[in-house]
Amino acid sequence: MSIRARFKLDYANFSLDVDLDLPGRGVTALFGPSGSGKTTLLRAVAGLEHAPGGTLSVNGDVWQDAATFRPTHQRPLGYVFQEASLFPHLDVRANLEFGQKRVPQAQRRVSLDQAVAMLDIGHLLGRKPARLSGGERQRVSIARALATSPRLLLMDEPLAALDFALKQEILPYLERLHDELDIPVLYVSHAPDEVARLADHIVVMEGGRAVAAGPLTDTLARLDLPIRLGEDAGVVLDAVVAARDKEWHLAHMEFAGGRLWVRDHGLPVGHRARVRILARDVSLARAPTTGTSILNTLPAVVVNSVDDAHPALTLVKLRVGESPLLARLTRRSAHALELAPGRMVYVQIKAVALIG
Amino acid sequence: MSSADWMALITTLKLSAVTTIVLLILGTPIAWWLARTKNKVSVVVEAVVALPLVLPPTVLGFYMLVALGPNGPIGGTLESLGLHHLAFTFTGLVLASTLYSLPFMVQPLKDAFAAVGDRMIEVAATLRARPWDRFFSVVVPLSRRGFLTAITLTFAHTVGEFGVVLMVGGNIPGETRVLSIAIYDHAEAMDYASAHLLAGGLLVASFLLLFTVYLLNRRYTVVHP
Repeated sequence: MSIRARFKLDYANFSLDVDLDLPGRGVTALFGPSGSGKTTLLRAVAGLEHAPGGTLSVNGDVWQDAATFRPTHQRPLGYVFQEASLFPHLDVRANLEFGQKRVPQAQRRVSLDQAVAMLDIGHLLGRKPARLSGGERQRVSIARALATSPRLLLMDEPLAALDFALKQEILPYLERLHDELDIPVLYVSHAPDEVARLADHIVVMEGGRAVAAGPLTDTLARLDLPIRLGEDAGVVLDAVVAARDKEWHLAHMEFAGGRLWVRDHGLPVGHRARVRILARDVSLARAPTTGTSILNTLPAVVVNSVDDAHPALTLVKLRVGESPLLARLTRRSAHALELAPGRMVYVQIKAVALIG
Repeated sequence: MSSADWMALITTLKLSAVTTIVLLILGTPIAWWLARTKNKVSVVVEAVVALPLVLPPTVLGFYMLVALGPNGPIGGTLESLGLHHLAFTFTGLVLASTLYSLPFMVQPLKDAFAAVGDRMIEVAATLRARPWDRFFSVVVPLSRRGFLTAITLTFAHTVGEFGVVLMVGGNIPGETRVLSIAIYDHAEAMDYASAHLLAGGLLVASFLLLFTVYLLNRRYTVVHP
């Protein structure tokens, strides 16, 4: 189960050169600044960008190689563009049916009703796109792509054209796709919060090249190439609500390595969510400290460390149970703590952000 | 209205209808190509297509007459194949009108196709539509204003042509004698009553046609993707 993609494209002032082996399931984020080639890569995967000499196979199915070039309409994919791009002359139902009725009956695995229910657009079916809000339009366009029962879903910054409130409206639907459907997704984004929330894997693009690729948690914790999802280096961990403390309005989140207290956002026990811990919010101690305001203290092992941008600072990678963690401290502190690979320490986590 | 005038009316409508259909089939691919191509030759093609807008109809008519006549490249070839040349025939008239009205079909269609844009076509491709399917199920409906305008202008312009018809078709009743020629004949013969009837009728009919089209075009409000 994998997606093999190798593309080389040369334009006047931009070139794309990638050789990727991506997981054939889950959400893979193509992350990078604008102009880094994310969208070009996605378009090449869709066959919208003709990339001669490229190869692409999706879970064993060859879409493109030296001898083959399947045009876009012969690739079993769903594509969600940044702007919803609904057909303005068709109502919502006809938009949804457009793709579905062109898929042979035997290949239909997602019914129209399923797609409608998943994006919660049943009440919009009779409307023309001009009568929909921006968020509704994007939901319809996602449902339209799903209704073709794609073997690969390509999403090109589907939330970028929406404001914050609309984003929050759509994100839960995307999470639902992730949880309920077994369709691999390539998700182009330059928004750290979307990546942190949705991605299982990440490909970091820069100047037309993939500079890093791998599982989200491990890739974010790489020291050789600290990837900033937003303001600072940090890790994203999968967690489950293990308990809720009603008195103090806290939730106890369990991850592979321990438990963390976070502010209770009302998520029920058993709910899966992610937490983000930035390197600057983690400090280290040789012994568990008492008499501190910090709620989250966990035992950890030092993996290694590298110099940070400023000569006074160092970035330390640790392992808490099975989960990686990054901490930024002064080199002086690191020296005082005698940090070395394999050393046991206690991490004190000042802030944990719950995402999703 | 005399039976000769009725005949002229029928010839006119027949000519306009046939020309419009021929141009719809011929002009659509040309307009599509012009709207989509990045080839620099397209500028030349565009200029050629627009020529009938600026040329005196008699110039076009003259060349068509020469080409379609017994010694011209088209008429001569037909003659050598044992067929009849096309000067002063209805077919010749259709050919000349097709050329003459070409820009009226191509330009509105080209603008309409260009306005559809790449995105909608790409979306259709990602929804499994083949190229022809994309054209008929997405491009055509989104260009309906362009089609309506192109068809109307072509039809109306063919109804109104005079110079080309006179040069190529002559004035054969039931074959090439159209309304505009009949009006000219009536005026020449000082039969102003008949000329008024035809001229006034043409004026009112043309206005009503255009009025209806613009009304319809307003109802099909432009919808941007």
